[in-house]
Formats: sequence, structure tokens, C-alpha cells
Amino acid sequence: MPYLELQGLHRNFGPVKALNGIEVQLGQGEFLSLLGPSGCGKTTALRLVAGFDRPDAGRIVVDGKDVTSVAPSKRDMGMVFQAYSLFPNMTAAQNVEFGLKIRRRGREDRRKRVHDLLELVGLGHAVDRYPHQLSGGMQQRVALARALAIEPRVLLLDEPLSALDAKVRVQLREEIRRIQLELGITTLYVTHDQEEALAISDHVAVMYGGVIEQMGTPAEMYTAPSTPFVAEFIGTMNRLEATIRDGASGQVDFAGTTLQVDAARGRRAGERVLILVRPEALELEASTNGASSEQNMLSGEVIAQTFLGPVTRLKVSGGLIADMSTGRAAALPVGARVNARVPAEGAKLLSLPDDGPASPALDPDNP
Amino acid sequence: MRLRRPKIAPSAVVWLVLAALYFLVPLVATFLFSIRSIQTNKCCSFAAYTAVIHNGDFWHTLRVSFVLALEVIVISLILFVPTVYWVHLKVPRLRPVIGFLALIPFVVPPIVMVVGLLKVYKGAPEWFYNKPSGILAAAYVILAFPYMFFSLDAGFRSIDVHTLTEASQSLGASWPRTLVRVILPNIRAAALAGSFLALAIVMGEFTIANLAQFHTFPIFIQYIGETDPYQASAVTLVSFGITWLAMSSLLFIGRKRGGPTQVVGAH
Repeated sequence: MPYLELQGLHRNFGPVKALNGIEVQLGQGEFLSLLGPSGCGKTTALRLVAGFDRPDAGRIVVDGKDVTSVAPSKRDMGMVFQAYSLFPNMTAAQNVEFGLKIRRRGREDRRKRVHDLLELVGLGHAVDRYPHQLSGGMQQRVALARALAIEPRVLLLDEPLSALDAKVRVQLREEIRRIQLELGITTLYVTHDQEEALAISDHVAVMYGGVIEQMGTPAEMYTAPSTPFVAEFIGTMNRLEATIRDGASGQVDFAGTTLQVDAARGRRAGERVLILVRPEALELEASTNGASSEQNMLSGEVIAQTFLGPVTRLKVSGGLIADMSTGRAAALPVGARVNARVPAEGAKLLSLPDDGPASPALDPDNP
Repeated sequence: MRLRRPKIAPSAVVWLVLAALYFLVPLVATFLFSIRSIQTNKCCSFAAYTAVIHNGDFWHTLRVSFVLALEVIVISLILFVPTVYWVHLKVPRLRPVIGFLALIPFVVPPIVMVVGLLKVYKGAPEWFYNKPSGILAAAYVILAFPYMFFSLDAGFRSIDVHTLTEASQSLGASWPRTLVRVILPNIRAAALAGSFLALAIVMGEFTIANLAQFHTFPIFIQYIGETDPYQASAVTLVSFGITWLAMSSLLFIGRKRGGPTQVVGAH
């Protein structure tokens, strides 16, 4: 039986449909990330679960009980906020103790729990410091300890790492996952950082325009995106808008070139499709004599190189992106003519509507 | 890490001395005047001070004004802290409206206000209409409104009201608890500033008290001023000292509890 259920949640802000029918079922102790760009409704969903806002329609059920109209102070949800939310007038220990005092726990019990939790988040040495004496990362650790102190039924995290620098972010997200697994606490995590979501979640739900586009394990989301938006949002993806030429043999037409794509088999001829190829699956080779006559080859020119460490990302005219080892990329400088091989078997295929745009336009550099 | 105290520029010292003189010269002059002998008109006699201290009206009116000031501060805080909090939290678009309303006490002359108030409350019960703690306190709350509002507004703007409130609520705190334990301690500096100003207003307001025929401290000063100039100077200085003492004690009470008074911005 699911522990946390969001059933048909709707929330409108004036004419804007912030949430348009969200369905989530999460088992006890599971970690779900709500992932999406700004304005996709992920924070709205989290605030509904926390009780800071009420849905226009739908229900929120925790452990079989409908909590939709329960006040936030009665929900037992631990929350970590995006902004630093520690009470400035209280020390780290007093912040963590706050929820325990409200629950009228005994003095000794409180002291022990505060100590244990601050140790758990690695801040046993900073109990008496005020928030302004702590770094951003330390403040978020205290906020996590404070949220955990009340033994919440669900832990809610609203982009808790977005204000931190990159190194602290990676370190802290791993700790959040470690602590979550250690305590077995059901967790809802909101982020716009797909790498973060893929790294620490049991499940990822990609949201766009107030609906969940796709929900699945991180591996499923990466390898089998079910909508063009998810395909582009999770990782980087080459999107080739094509038309099926021959469904029997799996041939498609892309910008005048015929490509062999296994996933196109069984499709109706003339159907518009989107071929999705990960940058690492696109093979580039130097072209010596213009367009190649080999099958599944697209020709172009390298227009940019981005050094990413072990791999280098090459942008090729025609909107293609390919990742290759940095050593090999040195042979293909900007301006070099190249041929790109579209893999026949690795490419995914999604149907496109017969008219209208394939999916919301995204900046490929900043998905 | 402690920053080294920056060196003070010579020009700053000049301005500081000028400003200090501007405030100190009248005080010193008043003091020198107050210690002249009433008989010889020469220095130095503390007769004026002795007379003031032994004047029963001095202590009586001082007590009236001081109690009034405390009452005004308490009423203002009870009225305005939750109001400004609510406005910041739920209806921020009302902020400019309240800011505008807060300017009205500056625009309407006290003489107009007191006539209006006396007329409006003519049929009010005795305990309200004829006691300084009633109608006068109400009038002073109106006078203190702009000072209280703008101080509190600045205080609330310096903290993240939304996040602090939501954090407190998610931990199980009720509205009153959130206000008292989380919000109030973090706007204490602002509440104190508003309270000082309210105290200063009540200890110095003359027009309304005079027209409403209450014997407050400023009325006493004015009376003495008409009858004995040396005593008037002495009273002025003594009241000055007492007001400062009251402010210091407010500051002391306000800062007694641990924690930084001023919120340091997120970093």
C-alpha cells in the first residue's frame, strides 16, 4: 500500500494552472524527486503536501489518512527550505530543539535527540553557534536536523542545495541520501537539477506545465524517456524530427537523408517521429570528401567544442551534439568537416503530433 | 575573523564635533541658567533643583506621563506587531496603503485631531473620556502609529517572514507561538526603536494634553516655565535625564535575552 498519495491535485493561480492533475504514489521509505524547470509546478506540489497551500481539487493521503485540509502545524512533515530558514535568534541546538519543545518532550530526551541529530549531520561541534556564524552548507545541515528532529512522517526538501556552491552541493546531496536511507524516511525532493535528481532518488517524476510527464527510476528516465520533453530534460539528447519512409524495414527520412532506425519498424509510413540519440551514442569521424555515402551518416561541420574533462562535447552544424573522449576530439577542431553516424539500434523513437511543435523549446545548453 | 577598526578621517571628527556642539550647547546653556540663584541671578545655587524635586506635581505628572507612555507602547505593539506581520505575510499589497494611513497623523494638526476626538467620544464612558489612560492614550497611539509602523515595517523587511513562519509551522508551532517565539525576537530591534519614539512622543506632547485638560508632564513643564524660569530649566534637564534613563532601561530589557538583536543577512 502506498504511504504517500497525491490524488488528482489541481491548483490554479488565477488563469495559470500550476498543477493540473498530479498523481503520485510513494511507498514508505522511498525517495521521490520532483524534477522540472522553473514554473513547472513542482514547488506548488510540495507546498500542498506541506499544507502551506490548499489544492483546488484532489486529495493528499498519508498512511491511509486524508490530510488535505489538515493545518501545516498538525501534519508532522519535516521541511527543508531553499532559503536559509533557521531562526536567527536561536543557536543550532535551539533550532533543532524547537519542534521537540512544541511536542513537550522531556529535557533529557530533547538534549539527547538534539545531540544525536547534530552528530548525524556532522555538526556536533557547532551546537552553540548562531545561524549567522554558520556557512550556507552548515545552515542547511542544521535545517535538515531540525526537520528530522520531529520524526516527520514525510520529509520535504524544496531545492535545499540550490544556494550552495557546487562542491558542497554534491557532498550534501550524498549525505541527504545516506541519512534518508539510514532513517528509512519517506522523502519528497524538489529540484531543477536533473543530475541531482538522478543521483539520489529511488524515483524521479519529471514535471512540465503542471503535469507529471513521466515517473520512473532514474535509469528508466535516462534510458527510456517517454515524451520529447523528458528526453530533452534528462541529460542531453539529439532530437531529429523525421518521417517514416518504410515501416517494414525501419527506414526514416531526416532532412533528405534516409536513416535506418530499428525502433521505426512497424510504424506507419508518413508518420512524423522524433529520433532521440544520446550525444555519447553519436559517432563522429573526420570527413575527407564531403558527404559520406555510407548508411546512417549525417555530414556537417564542427562549430563548437566544450571541454568537460574526460569527454569533450562537440556541436555540429545541423543541431547535432556528440560527446567523445577528449583525446579523440583534438583531431576534430572547430571548422572540421565531419560525418556523424546515427546508431541504428541505440536510437529511441517517439511519435510526434501531425501538426504543432514537437515539444516546448529548450535551450540545449541549459536543459 | 575580526575586522580592524577603520581609521577615522579628520573631516569626520570635525563634523562629529560640530554635531555634538549643536546638541550640547543648548543643554549646557540650560544647565548654566538653571544653577543661577533666584535671588542674586548669579552662580551657583541648586535651589531650582531642590524646588523641583520637592514639588509634588513634578512627580505626579511625571508618573502620569510615564505610565501613559508604557500604556501607549504596549497598546501599539499589541496592535501593530500582529498587523504588520499579517500584512507582510498575507496581504503585502496593503503595505503602501497602511504606509499612507501612517502619514495622516503627520498631516492632521494635533489641534484638529484633539477637537475631533473630543467631539466623537463625547458620549463615551467616564473612565475613557475623563482619564489620561483612556482618550489621551488612544490619541497618543494614533500619534505613535507612523513611528511604530515604519520601524516595524523596516524590521519585518529585514527578515524572511514567509520562510520563518513556514519553518515554524512545519515544526508544529501555532500562530501565536510562531509570532512570540520566532518572529518577535527577530524584529526586537525594530520594536524597540518604535517604542523609544513612542516614549519620546508621550513625554513631550503638549497640544492634545492641554486641550483635553489633562495634567501630564509637558503641561507641568509649561506651567513652571511660565512661573519660574530657573526651575523650568531645571525641570527640562531632569526630564531629559529621566527620559534617557527610561530609554536605556527599555534597551536593557530588550537586549537582555541571548542572541543577536540585529538579523545578519543570509550569506
